[in-house]
Amino acid sequence: MPRQRADRILVWSLRATSALAGLLVLMILGFLVFESLDGVRRVGAPRFLSDPGWHPNQGDGSSEFSLLPMIVATLTTTLGAILLAGPIGILAAVYCRFYASERVSKLFRRLIELLAGIPSVVYGFWGLVTLVPLIREIAPPGASLAAGVLVLFLMIVPTVALLAFAALKDVPKQHLEGAAALSLSRWSTLRQVVFPSAASGLGIALLLGTMRALGETMAVLMVCGNIARVPESLFDPVRTLTANIALELGYATADHRSVLFVSGLALMIMVVGLVVVQDRLQRRASLG
Amino acid sequence: MRTPLLTSALFLSLAACGPSGAAEATGDGLTGKLTLTGSSTVAPVALEIGKRFEGLHPGVRIDVQTGGSSRGIADARSGLADIGMASRACKPSESDLDAHTIAQDGVGLIVHSDNPVESLTDDQVRSIYLGGITNWNEVGGPDAPITVVNKAAGRATLEVFLKYFGLDEKAIEADVVVGDNEQGVKTVAGNPHSVGYVSIGTAEYGAGNGVPIKLLPTDGVEATTENVGEGTFPIGRPLNFVTFGEVDPLAQAFIDYCRSSEVHDLVTDLYFVPVRNAE
Repeated sequence: MPRQRADRILVWSLRATSALAGLLVLMILGFLVFESLDGVRRVGAPRFLSDPGWHPNQGDGSSEFSLLPMIVATLTTTLGAILLAGPIGILAAVYCRFYASERVSKLFRRLIELLAGIPSVVYGFWGLVTLVPLIREIAPPGASLAAGVLVLFLMIVPTVALLAFAALKDVPKQHLEGAAALSLSRWSTLRQVVFPSAASGLGIALLLGTMRALGETMAVLMVCGNIARVPESLFDPVRTLTANIALELGYATADHRSVLFVSGLALMIMVVGLVVVQDRLQRRASLG
Repeated sequence: MRTPLLTSALFLSLAACGPSGAAEATGDGLTGKLTLTGSSTVAPVALEIGKRFEGLHPGVRIDVQTGGSSRGIADARSGLADIGMASRACKPSESDLDAHTIAQDGVGLIVHSDNPVESLTDDQVRSIYLGGITNWNEVGGPDAPITVVNKAAGRATLEVFLKYFGLDEKAIEADVVVGDNEQGVKTVAGNPHSVGYVSIGTAEYGAGNGVPIKLLPTDGVEATTENVGEGTFPIGRPLNFVTFGEVDPLAQAFIDYCRSSEVHDLVTDLYFVPVRNAE
């Protein structure tokens, strides 16, 4: 086959497959919007934040559809998890790349890869059986926002660490050699040469870690207590948007079901928002 | 193709995983797949009887999934399940469905076996679940806050519990919400200062297997399968198979089998009360 023709076939197949991927995402978004329309129309969007609580299944018409407790739970568990996992993951990657010997670095990375592969339900089970009773010693009941944050932190720190390591490895050798030629200390090299250079890669590490935490369902369902109320302290039980959908979609009908789709849409919007923010930051970093 | 022997061995083993050809059906030639979804209380019974049924009719596959009684009822109506499982009687709004009772069960309160409290009055239970009583020392126990375990909405065990104690779902102040009975048992077993309520069958089964929980009597009546069977236990409920519209022969055969005396041993092994005669 002549090279020109082979190239053209390749380009068009690539265009087709990436269009397919993009189309899938749009279809999911469209499906969520379509299923949520009924709920928005019949219940009214302001009620999703202003209703006194989440009691969607009262047969007598007194149902309440406030998504606020679940939104707060999702945001706080994710924020707490990434605030812990971000620095620790990145510093672990820095250690592996710049401070550890080759052998220790390889061993450490294998361990982290192992952690990254553990299924979330195993983390949830461990959390339920070990972590929750520990937290209960400090503040009953144990199944709480704190448990959720800790379990999510454990789940995303390997992701953040591995991606950060890849970003740090991508820093061009010339940069490091130039810094050495200027006799910069190791920490100065890191602060002034490596981090700015790897910034977009580190940003992606944090982003993917956050997205994993946002979407986690099984682990938080098992350790957070599942009470749909805005938490007043770190040790109050919470119910995330994902756990809410998992608990109730199986049997929800009509309005209830539609509002669950609205909560799914809310999650999707959060993720899209994160991606947009990350994109803007990246663009600013590459221009500056 | 460096290892043709290995590759062909792999392909052969894949082919062996295919459908197991023409199975020898016993006389009545029943074949097909049945899907049951719904109550986590009924699910173990359906599963055990299903296994025995599959043994008798090799062409049949019985698939059991949980999700709560409300899911069972919704799936039976929509056709997603051939039979819905519900651990309560049908409500007036569910008169379009047919219920076939396969066993009797009760809802009992459970606490950790280390908890010195031996019983709670109905009023005390109401108060605990409404947030009035918050410490075990108010009901004769140790000085520790009570961890209230409630069931998720859509679970029949919750509805039976609310109905008996006359509570409104919105008014309940719980600390943990669990899904199925097993999760409830595990949560109470893992927390010496908790109280919850689950199916008596599930609780007796767990206690019989060494799980550190104990059932509390209700209104003076011990929460045992015997008392449920004799009708003296106040919080009883039927375990139903729910169908919508016309029932196909395989489903009807399975329902009849579950209500027959051939499976009484399976039902009593799970600490439920078998149905005496098919109604």
